[in-house]
Amino acid sequence: MLSFILKRVGLAIPTFIGITLLTFAFIHLIPGDPVLIMAGERGLSPEQHAAMMTQLGLDQPLATQYFHYIWNVLHGDLGTSLTTREAIWSEFVPRFQATLELSVIAMFIALVIGIPVGVLAAVKRGSWFDHVSITAALTGYSMPVFWWGLMLIMLVSVQWDLMPVSGRVSASLFLDPSDPLTGFMLIDTLLFGEAGDFWDALHHILLPAFVLGTIPLAVIVRMTRSSMLEVLNEDYIRTARAKGLSRLRVVIVHALRNALLPVITVIGLQVGVLMVGAILTETIFSWPGVGRWLIHGLEQRDYPVVQGGVLIVATLIILVNMCVDILYGLADPRIRQQRGRK
Amino acid sequence: MTELTTTAMPAPPGPLKAFWQDFSRNRGALIGLCYILLMLFIAIAANLISPHDPAAQFREHLLQPPVWHADGSWRFILGTDDVGRDILSRLIYGARLSLLVGFLVVSVSLVLGIFFGVLAGYTGGVVDITIMRLVDIMLALPSLLLALVLVAIFGPSIVNASLALSFVALPHYVRLSRAAVLREMTRDYVIASRVVGAGAWRQMFINILPNCVAPLIVQASLGFSNAILDMAALGFLGMGAQPPTPEWGTMLANVLQFAQSAWWVVTFPGLAILLAVLAFNLMGDGLRDALDPRLKV
Repeated sequence: MLSFILKRVGLAIPTFIGITLLTFAFIHLIPGDPVLIMAGERGLSPEQHAAMMTQLGLDQPLATQYFHYIWNVLHGDLGTSLTTREAIWSEFVPRFQATLELSVIAMFIALVIGIPVGVLAAVKRGSWFDHVSITAALTGYSMPVFWWGLMLIMLVSVQWDLMPVSGRVSASLFLDPSDPLTGFMLIDTLLFGEAGDFWDALHHILLPAFVLGTIPLAVIVRMTRSSMLEVLNEDYIRTARAKGLSRLRVVIVHALRNALLPVITVIGLQVGVLMVGAILTETIFSWPGVGRWLIHGLEQRDYPVVQGGVLIVATLIILVNMCVDILYGLADPRIRQQRGRK
Repeated sequence: MTELTTTAMPAPPGPLKAFWQDFSRNRGALIGLCYILLMLFIAIAANLISPHDPAAQFREHLLQPPVWHADGSWRFILGTDDVGRDILSRLIYGARLSLLVGFLVVSVSLVLGIFFGVLAGYTGGVVDITIMRLVDIMLALPSLLLALVLVAIFGPSIVNASLALSFVALPHYVRLSRAAVLREMTRDYVIASRVVGAGAWRQMFINILPNCVAPLIVQASLGFSNAILDMAALGFLGMGAQPPTPEWGTMLANVLQFAQSAWWVVTFPGLAILLAVLAFNLMGDGLRDALDPRLKV
């Protein structure tokens, strides 16, 4: 078992190094003088230009530059933003909290709706419920997230005035910064806010979270359904039924437990989907998260932000995929052996 | 002497016919195919059937609602946008653009992906390890994010965006063709032709490749839908086609301000994207079921 884990961790290291090479190469791939491009219309005096070259280390040989870059990355120094002059890492953390909060709620919505719908569709295979679920899931899977968000804003927020259009909380809401805030609005408003603040935060997060969760929801419905269908045909399910167990018990206890295993992998794979979704969802809902930060960095040509942000996001995805693989190996010895042999 | 009468067995259907029988049994896939053919027709005949020039601005008809509204007119069936351009015409030309982008992205990534995948699978060793490591790195980044970064480097335009999308679609084709080649390598016919003296290139691309196409066709169909969706997302973020290009995603950039006043500006471009993506996904599902029984769910 330990060797399986070590092997899987070993596999992640070259990928991480590759990602650092990629983000390092990023600034060198820009055609022309990256410093001038970053300055854009702001313009630069020759002194400023030289200073910026030094600040970014661009006057050093490539190998030295990469070595410095890796050294800094490993020490948690990802550089400073050109627009705000703040350290990338300290810009990233609060935004990541916002994205994480949104993603967790999105995934929660996807799981709470997706698994029961998938199970029911499989159990009632061929029924109208099954047909409607498959169609809805395929539609959700094909959905342009940004348009879906726009449509829901138009209907739910503008036409029916049920939910706020943007932001994490109302502008009037105040949280005392001297409190030990966690950065997660739902928790902070619950612990330190006044009565009603929590509902305000919940009100703000529901619509963007639902939009972000749409594609994972569709994937989970499809995956749960097909995985349940496979399991329901197994001999042990027939045996369980023949023993006289109730249908509900067989479905929930015997089938679902085994059917959920592939679903877990799919959930792990959704981290990347959530990140892309976050870029689009956060842009629409003005959610102050990592996605909007990255887009803003791209628009402002704040390349250190893009470089740092991409590196962190990729590292997170590598780590999550690694953990999912390991968990999967723990849960299913067959996988462990198969992958160990590779 | 008694004459022997033989009753002929019905000939087994040819591979194409068998495929069509399987495929046409799937109603969703057929609907998808019909929609794609319709889109193809619209794209080809765009300049004949579109009522107006997609860039023409009718300044006296700003934000005119669709025809079924009280204020609508047959002149602008789906209404006009904020600078008075006909939405229907823009959608029609957008179909041409989306199909073109899809075709470009799929063919570039398919050809390169097959080349590297077959090379990795057939050669093995260092070549295989190098290619697959690179693929792993590319897969560690969400494709849209990688495409965004590439577009940021080379500048936002529809050509750069297409190339970026082709690049980020590569890993799937590499993986699929490598896996297929590895599966085929142990077959008798491959060993036999090697004994006869077939060279590496002949083995890779003439003997083995034609037997690996099924999963690649399925992936190509899904690749079309991804390309259309991602191109629209890039356009929406201002990193794809630049205005006034009638690209569906670009049409949706900065439309939130019309959410209250002009729902048609927001609704129709997105609906066009959704239907196109859905059609390719439906067809992809059908192709998968018909071509690759092992993948059936």
